[in-house]
Amino acid sequence: MRLRVAFAAGTLAAFVLAAAPVFAQKQGGTLKISHRDNPPSASIHEEATISVVQPFMAVFNNLVMFDPNEKTNSPDKIVPDLAESWSYNPDQTKLTFKLRTGVKWHDGKPFSAKDVKCTWDALIGQEEKSDLIRKNPRKIWYSNLKDVTVGSDTEVTFVLGRPQPSFLSMLAAGYSPVYACHANGRDMRSKPIGTGPFKVVDFKRNEAIKLVRNPDYWKKGRPYLDAIDWKIVPNRSTRTLGFVAGEFDMTFDSDVTFPMLKDVKAQKPDAVCEARPTNVNTNILINRDAPPFDKPELRRALVLAIDQKPFNDILFEGQALMSAVMLPPPYGLWGMPKEVLETLPGFGSDVAKNRAEARQIMEKLGYSKDKPLKIKVATRNIAIYRDPAVILIDQLKAIYIDAELDPIDTTVWYNKIQRKDYSVGMNLTGGGVDDPDTAFYENFHSASDRNYTAYKNPEIDALIDKQSAELDRDKRKKIVWEIEKKLAEDGARPVINHNVANTCWTPQMKGLVLQHNGIYNGWRFEDVWLDR
Amino acid sequence: MGSYLVRRFLLMALTLFGMSILIFVMLRLVPGDIADILVDAAGIADPKEKAKIAKELGLDRPIIEQYGQWIGGLTRGDLGFAYVSERPAIEEIAPRIPISAKLTLMALFFSVILGVPFGVISAVRQNTTLDYSLRVLSLSGLSLPSFWLGLLVLMASVHWFGTIPIYTNEPRGFLQEVGLLAIPAAVVGFRSSALIMRLTRSSMLEVMRQDYIRTARSKGATNTSVNYNHALRNALLPVVTIIGIEAAFLVGGLIVTETVFNIPGVARFLVEAIRWRDYPIVQNLVMLIAFVVVTVNFLVDMAYMVLDPRIKYAD
Repeated sequence: MRLRVAFAAGTLAAFVLAAAPVFAQKQGGTLKISHRDNPPSASIHEEATISVVQPFMAVFNNLVMFDPNEKTNSPDKIVPDLAESWSYNPDQTKLTFKLRTGVKWHDGKPFSAKDVKCTWDALIGQEEKSDLIRKNPRKIWYSNLKDVTVGSDTEVTFVLGRPQPSFLSMLAAGYSPVYACHANGRDMRSKPIGTGPFKVVDFKRNEAIKLVRNPDYWKKGRPYLDAIDWKIVPNRSTRTLGFVAGEFDMTFDSDVTFPMLKDVKAQKPDAVCEARPTNVNTNILINRDAPPFDKPELRRALVLAIDQKPFNDILFEGQALMSAVMLPPPYGLWGMPKEVLETLPGFGSDVAKNRAEARQIMEKLGYSKDKPLKIKVATRNIAIYRDPAVILIDQLKAIYIDAELDPIDTTVWYNKIQRKDYSVGMNLTGGGVDDPDTAFYENFHSASDRNYTAYKNPEIDALIDKQSAELDRDKRKKIVWEIEKKLAEDGARPVINHNVANTCWTPQMKGLVLQHNGIYNGWRFEDVWLDR
Repeated sequence: MGSYLVRRFLLMALTLFGMSILIFVMLRLVPGDIADILVDAAGIADPKEKAKIAKELGLDRPIIEQYGQWIGGLTRGDLGFAYVSERPAIEEIAPRIPISAKLTLMALFFSVILGVPFGVISAVRQNTTLDYSLRVLSLSGLSLPSFWLGLLVLMASVHWFGTIPIYTNEPRGFLQEVGLLAIPAAVVGFRSSALIMRLTRSSMLEVMRQDYIRTARSKGATNTSVNYNHALRNALLPVVTIIGIEAAFLVGGLIVTETVFNIPGVARFLVEAIRWRDYPIVQNLVMLIAFVVVTVNFLVDMAYMVLDPRIKYAD
């Protein structure tokens, strides 16, 4: 009998303990987060920075989204948002969404399929007079989207030119919210309305972004928080000290570098800190259309001179990830494993051998220790750009390249690159979704606005299109790796590493799951709550 | 005196007019405009989109027309629209002015209240331990950069008190505001106080060697009376000049202090606006600063007359 009672009590206790997290969420409270700078605007579709997505994603909904409870963004883990369900036609060129009913915009107007059409018409430039979006950095994402048709108020179809398995992933990204048809661009940039769990109360430059709970949110019981208060604190030391002093519940995403992490943990031992890739890679721009780097051999020599390890050790305390364009495993879905990566030019572990080969090439081209090639390494005049550029300059000395740093004001950086007024440049590139379509189309396809180096290679264009249309994931991965290999051999935009940084929060903040291969996703904050 | 004032006012107006042209032209000589930056910030380099934004903001119009529109608006009290926030510039600038003004006044107050007495003490007690200590203090004030000192204060505060004196919420009352601004004001005013102290000291030493001071002493005047009634008043002339100049310099110092202490004032906002080439904000703010500097100079000139009745401005 006693045993039975003990068993029953144990079972009950186990049940209570297991159920505790489910019932433990507390309603209320204001989450305070530091923001690193003034977002250029609040319009997610018009910008290409985490500074906009992280605070404003909570204002909107997408049609679909990556499962916020999963750490890895994957096409297999896409869940409904404003769309309740979706289906493809047999030839995979029509993607139809059944939309949720009873959803309202923050101004009380009803959401319908027309809003979806309006948003993507503006994005693909079909609505010439549309005031909704002034600029679109991700035009190339939708180059295969031919039309958006409205079946009824609750049904909308995306018509594609050809099958594109990544399309749903792009719609699931934090960069793909649905905008209100009746809103205008100016409002969307300064005080946007959405259907999301939080409403914008105020967006004051240099001060704060204040969001409050949307009481009419369609997902019952969400969000848990009453408000989110983003404080704009441009000075990183002040931000970090503010977090340590308890002024903020969370740091800005990936704001804590590895050297700073030690200080944070020493001063605030209970801080929860997580390191993950920032989806930003450090890469080298090579002007292949002008001497001296119009010679493929010289480009190869430059690639062979690179030793990733010092970059990683000096800038990331050895925590960055060695990779080509795609984020490597275990974080990324498409990157090459180490053993394959090491077969690419510039990735081999025998740096001395690579450099000896590079010197031979240089000598054949007429350069030597006494007669070095003199170049400038252009980069944005920001520390995160300058620091790797300085290391590169040092490494180039090993192959008779005497380089000089050319720091460029950030306001004219893209102009300079676009004019091809450089030989070699140091650059950082971020990716919205861990998918080859976004990475390759944006940066290497000849039709892209964001292909800064104007890299044109019909063979690569064809391969990018081929992988984009491939429905079998394994076959697609093979094509992706083939592209990676060709880009590396061509010295298209040699990648040095994928950056890794830390995000910290107080132990009282619960329910946040950081996405490991997508810093631009997972910022809805509807499941976040404060245990105090 | 009357015609002198009229001439001074005309000169002020002319200076401001010259400044307006200078600001307007210099801003446009800096590479890149808001259209470049907005498009670059989005990571794209599409000339069509740049041209669209430039047209929307009127940047494609002749520069003379743009200048005329700005000055015309200024005379009507219309500062135009901020390019980045797309709100009226006055709504962006106006709430920030009182914050920086209070900070500047507090910093100035701090620098005078410390600088002048310490300068006098240092001079009166020349070559004593106290004098040496104060001189070391003033030297450290001149050598410590404000941003470093500010960060040091923040770190010490977090370490010892577990709190950070930064401006994250709008203060709820006068006392809370004074409390919030006092530390940054002290940080920014420390350098000025050091300068004022050194100048007061040297000026006092010079005056105290004058014949009339010796005469006052020989007539039996007390030390306090000689030091404060006779010497200090005459020694203050160059000090007043430097206070006037420092008031203008403090605005520059505020940029760093506002950033470190996260104060949403005018100075930090101005730097941000320059970064974005937000012409309406930069032009109007720089004009405002120019106006303040010109006015302070005028007030300093007037203060000379009060301090030294021998000074007369000819008609």
